Order: sequence, then C-alpha cells, then structure tokens
Amino acid sequence: MANKPDPDAKIELRGVHKRFGPKVVLDGIDLTVPRGESLVVIGGSGTGKSVMIKSVLGIVKPEKGEIFVDGRNVLEMDQSAREDTLRKFGMLFQGAALFDSLPVWENVAFGLIQGRRMKRKEAKEIAIDKLSKVGLGADVGELYPAELSGGMQKRVGLARAIAADPEIIFFDEPTTGLDPIMADVINELIVDSVKELGATTLSITHDMASARKIADKVAMIHKGKIIWAGSVEEVDNSGNDYVDQFIHGRAEGPIQMEVLKP
Amino acid sequence: MNFLAVIGRVVIATLAEIGKLSRFTWAAVSHVLRPPFFLRMTLQQMMQIGYFSLPVVALTAFFTGGVLALQIHYGSNEFNSEALVATVVALGITRELGPVMGALMVAGRVSAAIAAELGTMRVTEQIDALTTLSTNPYKYLVVPRIAAAVITLPILVFIADIVGIMGGYMVSTASLDFNAGVYLKNTINYIHDNGISSGLIKAAVFGFIIALMGCFHGFNSKGGAQGVGRATTNAVVSASILILAANYVMTSLLFAK
Ligand SMILES: Nc1ncnc2c1ncn2[C@@H]1O[C@H](COP(=O)(O)OP(=O)(O)OP(=O)(O)O)[C@@H](O)[C@H]1O
Ligand SMILES: [Mg+2]
Repeated sequence: MANKPDPDAKIELRGVHKRFGPKVVLDGIDLTVPRGESLVVIGGSGTGKSVMIKSVLGIVKPEKGEIFVDGRNVLEMDQSAREDTLRKFGMLFQGAALFDSLPVWENVAFGLIQGRRMKRKEAKEIAIDKLSKVGLGADVGELYPAELSGGMQKRVGLARAIAADPEIIFFDEPTTGLDPIMADVINELIVDSVKELGATTLSITHDMASARKIADKVAMIHKGKIIWAGSVEEVDNSGNDYVDQFIHGRAEGPIQMEVLKP
Repeated sequence: MNFLAVIGRVVIATLAEIGKLSRFTWAAVSHVLRPPFFLRMTLQQMMQIGYFSLPVVALTAFFTGGVLALQIHYGSNEFNSEALVATVVALGITRELGPVMGALMVAGRVSAAIAAELGTMRVTEQIDALTTLSTNPYKYLVVPRIAAAVITLPILVFIADIVGIMGGYMVSTASLDFNAGVYLKNTINYIHDNGISSGLIKAAVFGFIIALMGCFHGFNSKGGAQGVGRATTNAVVSASILILAANYVMTSLLFAK
C-alpha cells in the first residue's frame, strides 16, 4: 500500500505516467507543491510540462500514478467530487484559450457567471477590476479576443485565471510573448496573488528571470521525470549538470536537443 | 492474410467509434435533465438552428411540393389527376418529404456549423478551459444545441408542410388549371383524416441526430484546421445517413398496421 499523502502538500503527484500511443510523455512524475508556496517547473520544450498540469486538472487522464489535491486523490474521484475540486483552481493556458464567441470582459467573468451563478452586472465589475490588474482598460473589455494582440490575449487569460480568487493557480508560460516590462508586471501580479490570497501556484516557464522572481521552489523536468527539485536559492549551485545547462541556456551539455544539423 | 487483417482493423475501428458515440450520447442525454441549465445558450442556439434555417427549409419545401404536383399529374397520365394531386402532395410532404428534405438541408447547415465551432474550440483548448472554470462542457455546449434542435426542427417542419403544400397548390392552380377550392378541400380532408404528427415526431428525432453528430465530431476533432475540416465533413455525412436510416425505421414503426 502507498503511504498517506503529505499533510503539508497542497498538491502531490506520485509516479504519474502518461503516454500518447507509443510516445511516453510522463514517465513517473513525483512532485510536491507545498501549501501557500509558488513552485516553478522548468524544462525543455516538449518534455511534458503542459501535459503534467493538465493531468492534475483532469483534462488528461494518466494511466498510472496518484495525484492528491488537499490530501484527496483526484484520479479516484467521481464526477461531482472532481467538479468541486476544480472550483479551487484557476488556470492560464499556454495559448490563452479564450472563448472567441464572447467579449473580453465576459471571458474574464465566465467562471463567476456560469460557474458561480453571479449576476452579470456584478461579475462585470469584478472582471474590469481584474483587467486593470493586468494593465488592460475597461475599453478592452468590450473587444473580442480576435481583436487583441497575442500578449494582450495572454493577459486576459491571466485575468480570467485569477478572477474567482482561486486557492490554486496554474500558469502555463505566463510571460511568454510579453515585453520585458509587462513580463515584470505579471511576475509581480503572481507574487501578489500568492501573498495576498494565500494561493498556491504552479507555474511553467522558460524565462529564468521570471522563475527567480516568482519561485519559492524550482523543479526541473526532463524526459518525463522530475530530475531536480529545490528552493530557488539552490538553483545556481544545484550540482546538477542538466539544471546548469538549462539556466545558462547552453547548447552544449547533457541535454541534447533533437535537431538535425545539416 | 493481409486482406483479413484489413477487415479486422476496419471492424475494430468501427466498433470503437460506435462505443465512443454511445458514451458521448449517454453523457449528453444524462446532462439534459440535471441542472444547471443554460437557458441563454439554448435560446441563442434556437435562433441559430431554427430561425436562420427558415429560408432554406421553406425554399426546399416549396419546390418539392411543386415538383411533386407536376410528377403526380404527368404520372397519372394527366387523366383524372385533379382528385389525386392534392391528396398525394399533402401525404408526401407531411409524412416524408417535409421532414426528410428539411432535416437534410438543416443537417448541411447546422451539423457543419456545430462541428466547426466545437472543433475549433477543442483544438484551441477552449473546451478544456471550460472545465477549469467550473462549467461542464456537455451542459454548456452540447445540451443547449441538442435541446434547441429537438425543439426547433418540428417547428421548421411544420412550416415546411405548409409551404410545401402551398407549392403544390400554386403549381396546380397556376399551371395545371385545377380548381382552387377543390384542391384546398381535398388537402384539408387528407390532413383532417391523417394528421401530421408522424412527420413532426420524425423531425424531433432528426433534430437530435443533427445536433448530436455536430457535437460528437466537433468534440472529437484533433489536429488543427485540417482536423476541424474533417470533423465538419464527417458530421454532415453521418448526420445525413443517420437521418435517412432513422426515417426508414420510423416509417416502418409508425405506419405498421
Ligand atoms: N493530446 C495529445 N496527443 C498526442 N500527443 C500529445 C498530446 N498532448 C501532448 N502531446 C505530446 O506530449 C509531449 C509533451 O507535450 P507538452 O505540451 O506537455 O510539452 P511542454 O513541455 O509543455 O512543451 P512547451 O514548453 O513547448 O510548451 C509532446 O511531445 C507532444 O507531442
Ligand atoms: Mg507547454
């Protein structure tokens, strides 16, 4: 029998396996996100970072392993318990995933109106407040997602993720596609969410500046496994060649990019 | 050997698809009766599916009624066709052609539109985003579309019945020189004796098929624009075939003596 879930962990993954056809993506992920902390997962492109957080949300179904949220295994829950658990989450998708049939403000207010049955007017006020937090005015609220730039869409996605003041927030590459100043605004916002709301966050990023700013803990994923985890202060002298190569962005090292040189 | 392997693969793929469809249908139907209901979405879909399909359904019915009148007239050697045309047009339109032609036209319009919309939502992760916003995608996307189609298709077919009969009437009185009063009296007699409910029941079932096929193929589309395109085609083809097959089954059940 497996051990009891860690009581200090908000989220705990144990031996999570996921494959698509013959392709093994997650090969036994073990990861703990402590309550009220901010964990950043780093790792190369295509190593399964997005698939990992989608497994926690139940969007992807792992074949094997356990995923505990507040000490309860989400993979063994029935539909309604799972839906209750999902209420704790906010998620920023890598591609923003905005509803293109709805105006921006309704995207942000969606979880409040549909998920929590809030009055539209009330929800709109909250939406506009959240939009201002990500540097977007009320006028943007009336536009449709297709009328926004990529970086603006990302920020709307962020506003949507935090709109319902969730306990747990997942950020899939929150600063990708933003200019350095806006990236820093978003970093601040993530730090504030953790501090003010006491939220637990799990972020994915390639941006080491962002990682250093928002992380309490850092974990590195490689070939479907967590190969290193530690506090953000330890990243620079992790003694792990993979981590060193990644944070310094060197082409030479143990991680071989699968590119065909002419 | 190889030939058998191919047959085996096709059979397995078909069975897997049927299994997937049954599970999807069950998930959709089981959410129809459980709250929350998305009324706003349902009304919006009724506009999309019902109201905007009116012109194409009405035109189809009008020409079908007209051509039916002509064929019956020529087919009965133009002898004593006056008594026959009105009755056969009314029968043909209300029992078979109104529901089937109407549904096929709506399938082309609506199954495709649903599959394209939901397919795009699938590949851009909008359906996944719904789940993370505490909204069940079946309740928010599938149920309103199915409900709207099941409600509006009988209304559309009712209108198609009227317009189709009018088509027959206009051809008969204008180009075949039939007596208008006799034509109308024969039509009313037929409808009084037989009713039009069988056609409307069929229409509701066709509505279910149309929305279900659009949603099913949209939900299961993958692989970008090409995948969405494939989902759209599959939705229209499968909806059309299922409509024709279901029509045969229902005719044999509803009219069995
Ligand atoms: N639905 C799917 N079907 C098949 N393969 C998939 C699916 N989703 C992801 N994969 C595969 O899983 C692997 C990991 O994908 P994932 O999106 O998790 O990468 P990632 O670590 O987030 O990369 P990036 O940093 O580029 O976003 C990829 O090789 C991808 O091809
Ligand atoms: Mg990713």
